[in-house]
Amino acid sequence: MTSHASRQVRNKIIGYLIFLLVLALIPLFTRIGLVTEFVQNLLMYSIIFAIAGLAFNILLGYSGLLSFGHAAYFAVGAYTVALAPQFIGNTSFEVLILLALVASAIVSMAFGYIAVRLTRIFFAIMTLALTQLVWALILKLYWYTGGSDGVNVRAKPLLGIPFNEFMSRPEYLNTVFYYYLLGIFAISLFIIWLIVNSPFGRALLATRENETRAEFVGIRVRLYRWYAFIISGVFTGLAGALFAVLNGHVTPEQADWIFSGDIVFVAVLGGFRFFEGPILGSIIFTFVRQYAMGYAIFWRLILGSVLIVLILAFPSGIMGALNSIANRIRAGSRVLPAATTPTPTAITDIKHHQDGGREK
Amino acid sequence: MISQEPILYTVDLKKYFGEVRAVDGVSFRISPGEVVALIGPNGAGKTTFVNVITGYFNPDAGKIYYQGKDITKASRTKKIRMGIARSFQLVNLYAELTALDNVRIAVLSRLGKTGIFWKPVERFDDVRNEALEILAAFGLEEKAEVPAKALPQGERKLLDVAVAFALRPRVLLLDEPTSGVSSKEKHTIMERIVSTVRNEKIATMIIEHDMDIVFGYSDRVVVMYDGKILAEGKPEEIKQSREVQEKLLGVTAGAP
Repeated sequence: MTSHASRQVRNKIIGYLIFLLVLALIPLFTRIGLVTEFVQNLLMYSIIFAIAGLAFNILLGYSGLLSFGHAAYFAVGAYTVALAPQFIGNTSFEVLILLALVASAIVSMAFGYIAVRLTRIFFAIMTLALTQLVWALILKLYWYTGGSDGVNVRAKPLLGIPFNEFMSRPEYLNTVFYYYLLGIFAISLFIIWLIVNSPFGRALLATRENETRAEFVGIRVRLYRWYAFIISGVFTGLAGALFAVLNGHVTPEQADWIFSGDIVFVAVLGGFRFFEGPILGSIIFTFVRQYAMGYAIFWRLILGSVLIVLILAFPSGIMGALNSIANRIRAGSRVLPAATTPTPTAITDIKHHQDGGREK
Repeated sequence: MISQEPILYTVDLKKYFGEVRAVDGVSFRISPGEVVALIGPNGAGKTTFVNVITGYFNPDAGKIYYQGKDITKASRTKKIRMGIARSFQLVNLYAELTALDNVRIAVLSRLGKTGIFWKPVERFDDVRNEALEILAAFGLEEKAEVPAKALPQGERKLLDVAVAFALRPRVLLLDEPTSGVSSKEKHTIMERIVSTVRNEKIATMIIEHDMDIVFGYSDRVVVMYDGKILAEGKPEEIKQSREVQEKLLGVTAGAP
C-alpha cells in the first residue's frame, strides 16, 4: 500500500514537473511566434492568481473556512511593493518581497486572530468586513496611496541585477521576470503541497471534517486555524507583490471585495477539493475574463454567466470533472486524501464543509 | 483486578442546566483494567456525566480526581494529554477521510506531531504502522483506505472507539458504542473492545442500554437515575435489585 501511495506521489510530481517545463518553454514559443506576447502576459497573471488561489484553498479546501477577504492580503503585498521604495529607495525585488511577506503576515495575524473565532458564514462575513477596512484605508489615505488613482510600480532589479535599466518593459516582463515568477510559483507550489500533505495538513483536514472530534483527539482547533490563516495570507501577499510589478500599477480594486470574490471563484471553478484545482481555475478564469472584458462594459455579467454555466456543468470544479472522467476510464484511482466522490453542487459542498465542523 | 486504587474518581459532582439537575452529586470511581457499565433511562444524565469528566462542560460543583490529582479545572486538551479519552454516542468521525487517517490523526496528535508542516505525513512510517495495528486490533485492517462515510454503521462505531484508543488512554469513556447496530453485531463489537481494553489495562466506562451487553461484558454496573447514582454493584447484584428493576428495566423495556 505504501508503494501504491508513493507511486501516486511520484506520478504527481512528474505531472507538476511537466507542467512547469511547459511553462518554462512559453517564452521560446513566444519568440518563434507560436504564442503571442499577449497570451504569455495573461499566463503570467494566471500564475500569480494561481499562487493566491492555492493559498486561499489552504483555508477553503483544507480547513473548510470560506474567506471572503483574501483581497486584503493581496493588496497589502501589492501596496508594500508599490510604496516601500519611497522609504527605502530603489532596492532589488527580493527585499520588497520580503517586506510584503512581513506586512501580509502582520495583517493576516491580526485579522485571522479575530476571524478564527467564527466559522461558516460568520467567518466569511467577518473576513469580508475586515477586508473592506483595508480597502477604505487605501482609498482614504490618498496622500500615501494615491487614492483611487493608485500607484505606479516600476520594474525592479531581480536578484540584485538591474535588468530594468537595460531592457524595455515588455522585454523585461516576458523574459527575466517571467522566469523569476515561474521560480517563485514552483517554490510556492512545493511549499504549499508540503504543508497540506504534512501532519499539520491532516490536522487541518480533521478540523474541517469534525471540529468536536478534532478537539477530542487533542488538536487545538482555533490555533491551527489561525496558523492556516496566516500561511494562507502570507502566500496571498506574495502573489500581490508579484502582481504589483507585472501590472505596473496598483489600485484599491485589488483590495475590493469583488477581487476577494475572484479568488474564491478561481478555487471553486478549478475544484477546491483538489490541490491543483486553483491552478486550473486561475488559468481558465483569467482567460475567460479577458475575453469577456473585450466584448462589453457589462463584462462582469458575461463573466458571471459563463462561470455559472461552468459551475453547473462541473459541480466539483473542473478538476472534479476531469477526475471523474479519468476514474471512469481507469477505475480505482484516488485523488486527494480529502476528496472521494464529488457531491451534487459546489455550493452545497461549501455548505457541507461549513456545517461539517459542528460547533461547541 | 478491581481491588486496585481508582485511577479516576469524582466527588459529589454536579452539573445543572437551569432547573434541570442533569448530574446531581455523583461520586464515582474506576480502577485500571476495570470495565464499568453506566446504565439508566434516557435523560438520567449519563452523557452529561461523561461530558463533565472530559471537560466538555465545567461542573457546577464537586471534584474530579485523576491519578490522585485534582483535574476538575483542567482543560479538555490537557485531560486528553493526561490519558482520558472518549468516544461518542453519535458517530463522530472525519467522514471524508479514510479509516487510516481517522486513526492516524489521533496517533499524530498523541505524539505531538500535528505541528509538523515540513514533511509529508506518508513519511512517518512508525505512525502509519501504529495506526494500522490499531485498526487491526479492531478488525478494520482491510478497511484502512476506505473513507469513514463509506463504512457500515457497525464498523463506524468500532472506528470511533479505535480513534479514542489511538490516544493510548488510561481511562476510556465510551458513549453507547453499540447503538444503532444489529444485536448480532453488538457482540462482535463488544468482544473486540473489551478484549482490547483488558489487554491494555485501560479503565473503561461504557454507557449502554442493551442489558445483554451490560451484564455480559462489565465487571461492575452503575445505575444512574435523575442525575444520581441509584445503585451500583456486580452485574448479578444489579440484575436482582428490585429498585433497579422497577425504575430502570421497566422504564427502558421498550427503548433501544
